[in-house]
Amino acid sequence: MAQLDSRIPPGPLADKWRNHLASMRLVNPANKRKYEVIVVGAGLAGASAAATLAELGYRVKSFVFHDSPRRAHSIAAQGGINAAKNFQNDGDSVHRLFYDTVKGGDYRSREANVQQLAEVSVNIIDQCVALGVPFAREYGGLLANRSFGGAQVSRTFYARGQTGQQLLLGAYSSLSRMIGSGGVQLFTQSEMLDLVVVDGHAKGIIVRDLVTGAITRHAADAVILATGGYGNVFNLSTYARGSNATAIWRAYRRGACFANPCYTQIHPTCIPVTGDYQSKLTLMSESLRNDGRIWVPKKAEDRRKAPGSIPEADRDYYLERMYPAFGNLCPRDIASRAAKRVCDEGRGVGESGLGVYLDFAEAIGRLGENAVRERYGNLFDIYHEITNENAYHVPMRIFPAVHYTMGGLWVDYNLMSNVPGLFVLGEANFSDHGANRLGASALMQGLADGYFVIPNTIGDYLAGQKPSARPSTDSAEFRQAEDNVRGITSRLLGIKGREPVSHFHKRLGHILWQYCGMARNKAGLEKALQEIPALREEFWSNVLVPGSGDTLNQSLERAGRVADFLELGELLCRDALVREESCGGHFREEHEYPDGEGKRDDVNMAHVAAWEFQGDGKVPLRNVEPLAYEFVKMSVRNYK
Amino acid sequence: MKNISVTLRVWRQAGPGQPGRFVDYPARDLNPAMSFLEMLDVVNDELTLKGEEPIAFAHDCREGICGTCSLVINGKPHGPRQGVASCQTYVRSFEDGQVITVEPYRLRPFPVVKDLVTDRSAFDKIQQAGGFITVRAGSAPNANAIPVPKDDAELAMDAAQCIGCGACAAACKNASAMLFVAARVSHLGLMPQGQAERDRRVLAMVQTADGLGFGSCTNQYECSAACPKLISHDFIARLNRDFIKASFKAAFRSEPNRVVGD
Amino acid sequence: MTFLQHIFCTTIGRKFLMAVTGIVLIGFVVAHLVGNLQVFESPDRLNGYAHFLSSLGPVLWIERAGLLLCTVIHIWAAVVLTLESRRARGEQHDRTWIQATLASRYMRSTGFVVLAFIVYHLAQFTLGAAQAATYKENLPRYTMAGDYHVLGLTAVREGTVVPDVYSMVILGFQNTAVAVFYIVAVGLLALHLLHGAESLFQTLGWRNRRWSRGLRAVVTIACAAYFIGNLAIPGAVIAGILNPLPAAAASLRK
Ligand SMILES: Cc1cc2nc3c(=O)[nH]c(=O)nc-3n(C[C@H](O)[C@H](O)[C@H](O)COP(=O)(O)OP(=O)(O)OC[C@H]3O[C@@H](n4cnc5c(N)ncnc54)[C@H](O)[C@@H]3O)c2cc1C
Ligand code: HEM
Ligand code: FES
Repeated sequence: MAQLDSRIPPGPLADKWRNHLASMRLVNPANKRKYEVIVVGAGLAGASAAATLAELGYRVKSFVFHDSPRRAHSIAAQGGINAAKNFQNDGDSVHRLFYDTVKGGDYRSREANVQQLAEVSVNIIDQCVALGVPFAREYGGLLANRSFGGAQVSRTFYARGQTGQQLLLGAYSSLSRMIGSGGVQLFTQSEMLDLVVVDGHAKGIIVRDLVTGAITRHAADAVILATGGYGNVFNLSTYARGSNATAIWRAYRRGACFANPCYTQIHPTCIPVTGDYQSKLTLMSESLRNDGRIWVPKKAEDRRKAPGSIPEADRDYYLERMYPAFGNLCPRDIASRAAKRVCDEGRGVGESGLGVYLDFAEAIGRLGENAVRERYGNLFDIYHEITNENAYHVPMRIFPAVHYTMGGLWVDYNLMSNVPGLFVLGEANFSDHGANRLGASALMQGLADGYFVIPNTIGDYLAGQKPSARPSTDSAEFRQAEDNVRGITSRLLGIKGREPVSHFHKRLGHILWQYCGMARNKAGLEKALQEIPALREEFWSNVLVPGSGDTLNQSLERAGRVADFLELGELLCRDALVREESCGGHFREEHEYPDGEGKRDDVNMAHVAAWEFQGDGKVPLRNVEPLAYEFVKMSVRNYK
Repeated sequence: MKNISVTLRVWRQAGPGQPGRFVDYPARDLNPAMSFLEMLDVVNDELTLKGEEPIAFAHDCREGICGTCSLVINGKPHGPRQGVASCQTYVRSFEDGQVITVEPYRLRPFPVVKDLVTDRSAFDKIQQAGGFITVRAGSAPNANAIPVPKDDAELAMDAAQCIGCGACAAACKNASAMLFVAARVSHLGLMPQGQAERDRRVLAMVQTADGLGFGSCTNQYECSAACPKLISHDFIARLNRDFIKASFKAAFRSEPNRVVGD
Repeated sequence: MTFLQHIFCTTIGRKFLMAVTGIVLIGFVVAHLVGNLQVFESPDRLNGYAHFLSSLGPVLWIERAGLLLCTVIHIWAAVVLTLESRRARGEQHDRTWIQATLASRYMRSTGFVVLAFIVYHLAQFTLGAAQAATYKENLPRYTMAGDYHVLGLTAVREGTVVPDVYSMVILGFQNTAVAVFYIVAVGLLALHLLHGAESLFQTLGWRNRRWSRGLRAVVTIACAAYFIGNLAIPGAVIAGILNPLPAAAASLRK
């Protein structure tokens, strides 16, 4: 049974972080250079952490599987980043951001962590501006804001539709500076394939060089994972193709608890699948729902007709019908589920029947085509680029897609997992978003973790570690871990079955999407829990991985990741099955109000489920961290 | 639109420095809505099933923002359309029966790693030489302390959009990294926060790019035409001006007194 | 790095040198053309002008040295940058141009033809090594029929006996091969400048898209005018509009 001590500092909420800063142990400046820290991942969380730790004087090794740190998936984030600056004078405050995030997360996040996040959010914007991030500005030269879902204030900072890119380039520039000055040693195209735990502490990693195939051992005084989310377990998602769960999954297999794996976010406005070859789903900004009206035909037999030929009377503007107050602007999870429902009824549009119309005809009539072009021109262009359809004339077709994973490795208030010395930042951990993440909060969390939390909290751990006690990479633990990695690689190459890796990934995706997607139920999850192990077995006996292990071998890379997804997918379903309630992105059909809104069970389910690996073929242990809400009152979300 | 079939003439190269050659692969019955990379996925699965090694190609986000994809399609980086990356190129841009050559970038500073994959770490090295503003986390002043004129911020953003894919250098007959360097230098040079290191930055980045073996600019603007973000070569003019200015300033400014041995 | 290293050892520095020397060379070729066009006014004007230039003594040599230095630097930079860029590119298989202008693609070739032309031009008119028979020193002298003024000051007085450059030029171009070579060469020079004169604004950082179209139009018109101006002299000779002075023609017949 894992020890889950959340280490929440005592005292009033607003003072927790400040008090904690004042009471943590410190490492003397001259001693810092004696410590080595491994940072895996250089997205927003990893790059900011690696750069900042190096600035402090620690010796940092940074590992990414990409060919450059700048390619991390954070680059793709579009909308913006939240911060409680109250530059709009509209009543925002640290407390309000904290409250909105807790509520948005459907009361399944840890209060103290969210408060810490809200408090440092203020510094993030200062830091990014100083780094030269070209945020949108007003004519007076000061920062502009936009509003985002789940908040009644304008606190989102943005850089056109490329906020993630600009923030990442900011963090990457700091990282580059520290690489240039020798503070950080960078390892690109280097995939972490195992965690080394010595005497219960994380003390190193095993890495495979994706170009040469060389497998190397790296020892450190602490290991930080900032390896992003695991949404690609569904195969099709808005994630980059390379995003994967391998780092956190292998850490899980070494004893780190995996918290709330079933909390996944599904975004309602993505471009639908066109065929079996599809590799990726593209997000269309949520802002489109401000002026677009969502509908499907009332009669299933109309679904193949040209949309223009369907008279008003035969259209079902279902969101406006079901949620008259919020209409097309209801929250992501609700809009996604409604789309699924009408498609399940056979009324979905497009080739596959998995799509709904997002229609701008009314807006064009009201505002004129030019005004619509001005607001959404670039999104219409993207849509045209991908579908070859002109959305000014025919309605867009959209469908929900997997977009974010709230679950991740369990961490305490210091962002340390239950394995001492193993820290987890960004989307890879579970800490801040509960069962649902609000828009523009993931970027905030990544940078908060990397720039402001870990540089302070890691010292508290390292102060208790003697640098001279860093284990040698010749120790038995390192050897065993390396053998493990070599074993997996040669096993994958040795199967020489008859089915390419991509097929297994697709099949896993189908199972998860079907049974553990937007709406879940007991029977489906139980079915998935039978199908996934069977698929995994088939994978290990019939996968075909061509080529060798000592050159660039993209099939081998993917095989390793899919192998992990095949295990993680099972855990996801298991977690979803046990969580007998609906909350945020996790919707159990057995637990809904008559109006379709999810029904939480605050009596039995107000806790974090932290799964602990027990060995292959064994059911993992479900540890529980109760969520004590001291400062906010749990209530029912209502968007009618 | 009907499905089409094409022949892919693909550069195959087993590893760095090894000889390579073009190999033809049929790609049949392609849905025009398929992306170019998805077509390669399908061809790769077929190759795998036939027991051959699939074609290695770089990709990640598949939505034109990460800068990983880097194919030269019929002689043009990122393919026939302007203002898109390879991953945003679709089968519908090609004709039934067409022979399509697919090559890696070819320039010394980006050596081929395998098949269509090149090593672009040279761009990272240029960034490490000066593509940053030195700010320690925690030391930043309030974000609104320094106003930035909206037009400057917008222009900086135009430059900052660079996705670092390297198409500019690949399209340039001189293999020059000017557009890449220019975008970074202009972005930071346009922001008030970037002024303190402006001269040092431009001198260091240009010299590093030269040292890495990139060529010089002949002002033909193939770079901006190949750029998936259509970053303007106006920024190259700005880079030239900044570099020349910085050189003159470095020559004539008075040296601060430095501690001996510093 | 010192200033000289910045300018001479970096790509941008070398391009800066090319642009600056290019401006000097443009200044020279334009001034040269304007001077030569005096051929259409009268023998007196051209011969007076030529004599005035050669009478400048040290100033002329400084000017020549300067031009030579500019040419050398320009060509040195062109060659070094070209070689380096070639090395940077490595092998290329299926390359297409996206939008580069024709003029820009042939800068090296046009440059080298221009260089060959300059060498021949100097040999013909300055040194007398080529077409020696019609070289000015081998033709009868010319006596100025009036004063030649520069900036309102009298530079060459009436009655001064000077070399007959007027006839030398016309006789030289009566050789059709020479005239054709000349026309081709200035045509290529105009092409060189069609890219070069625009490019230098970019190199010096003075171009942006606000007025790049205007710049292109001005440069195009200027290059066309330059070409037509240069075309006029051999053209008029071949068309029989310009003829050598009788004395010179007679001396050749002998
Ligand atoms: C299309 C899209 C739009 C979004 N828009 C927004 C938005 O507007 N606002 C918002 O707040 N959030 C948004 N998000 C979410 C947000 O972008 C991500 O949650 C966040 O960027 C994750 O950052 P990260 O640093 O945790 O991980 P990532 O950026 O995913 O970085 C992961 C890093 O880990 C490395 N890595 C992974 N595994 C290994 C391994 N085994 N070995 C070595 N290295 C490894 C990778 O190389 C990479 O460097 C969006 C997400 C998507 C998909
Ligand atoms: C009268 C003679 C010449 C004039 C007036 C002239 C003028 C110019 C100008 C103005 C430029 C533009 C510089 C820039 O882009 O910044 C240029 C470029 C160039 N010149 Fe010349 N030039 C002359 C002779 C030559 C010769 C003899 C060569 C022979 C090698 C040459 C080769 C080049 C080359 C290669 C370029 C580079 C083009 C580029 O980088 O875009 N030029 N020239
Ligand atoms: S794959 Fe990311 S830009 Fe093309």
